[in-house]
Amino acid sequence: MNIQVNGSLREVCEGMTVQGLLRELQINVAQVAVEINLEILDQQDFDTRRLCDGDRIEIMGFIGGGASVAGRDLLA
Amino acid sequence: MSDECLTIAGREFRSRLWVGTGKYKDFAATREAIEASGAEVVTVAVRRVNITDRNAENLLDYLDPKQYAILPNTAGCYTVDDAVRYARLARAAGVSDMVKLEVLGDERTLFPDTAGLLEAARILIKEGFIVLPYTNDDPVVAQKLVDVGCPAVMPLAAPIGSGLGLRNPFNLKIIMETVNVPVIVDAGVGTASDAALVMEHGADAVLMNTAIAGADDPVAMATAMKYAVDAGRLAYKAGRIPRKLYATASSPIEVL
Repeated sequence: MNIQVNGSLREVCEGMTVQGLLRELQINVAQVAVEINLEILDQQDFDTRRLCDGDRIEIMGFIGGGASVAGRDLLA
Repeated sequence: MSDECLTIAGREFRSRLWVGTGKYKDFAATREAIEASGAEVVTVAVRRVNITDRNAENLLDYLDPKQYAILPNTAGCYTVDDAVRYARLARAAGVSDMVKLEVLGDERTLFPDTAGLLEAARILIKEGFIVLPYTNDDPVVAQKLVDVGCPAVMPLAAPIGSGLGLRNPFNLKIIMETVNVPVIVDAGVGTASDAALVMEHGADAVLMNTAIAGADDPVAMATAMKYAVDAGRLAYKAGRIPRKLYATASSPIEVL
């Protein structure tokens, strides 16, 4: 099935969990937030929540910034 | 230097210098400058994780959570919806329920949209966030932010990254006399004397990013800022002499 991750299309296995996706992307689960179709998930739901075809996923973390150093174009 | 702790919403902070993490050449340089600054509160922005570069490093790996209080911010948000969403994402990532709330109103000045700021603060406080709002040097807005439940306010000294220093010491003074919460001056300082001046006026803390990260030698400037904030704080507590137009002899004159 096809999903969108941080703006780019991606093909993943049917029934993949959020945890599975993060593992595939080699992302440290502890320091990210995940949004599916604008719904923010609890980190403890990562291993049970399954992705659906057409889901729009945002994986968000932290970058250097003090006060608006990153432009608005970077916003999802 | 030991001084009494700064307490916000029941949390104690040792350092009155707070720093941002933007504009450094890499994470190692970020960590080195922050270490030199002696800052305890370190603010970070929320953005998409880089999913294409698997070797991309993570800023938080460079900042020991035992050493630093990580303060997420909503930098770059121009609407209430965006700011609220980014604050929620920061909390969901498990870093902190404290947020430096920014709702910007103008790209050229990066001045806050204070109406949007108030609305976003109200929403987030209802959800249990500890909201530290980046606001203008407007005493009326500062009081309104306190009224909706902000446990501190963060008025600007000058536009973000401008390095102009404290542009309106009188409004800052009025804000400090008006609100009964800590005042953390956020943005606009350019060099050590600017930071010292802000603290001499009685600010509880000062937050800066560009002044350190943009200096030719960020580690040296971070060190200078540490001393400046301590010096300014001490001078404020010591109580300065009044300004007078004419001289007062500092040696006894009776014996002449």
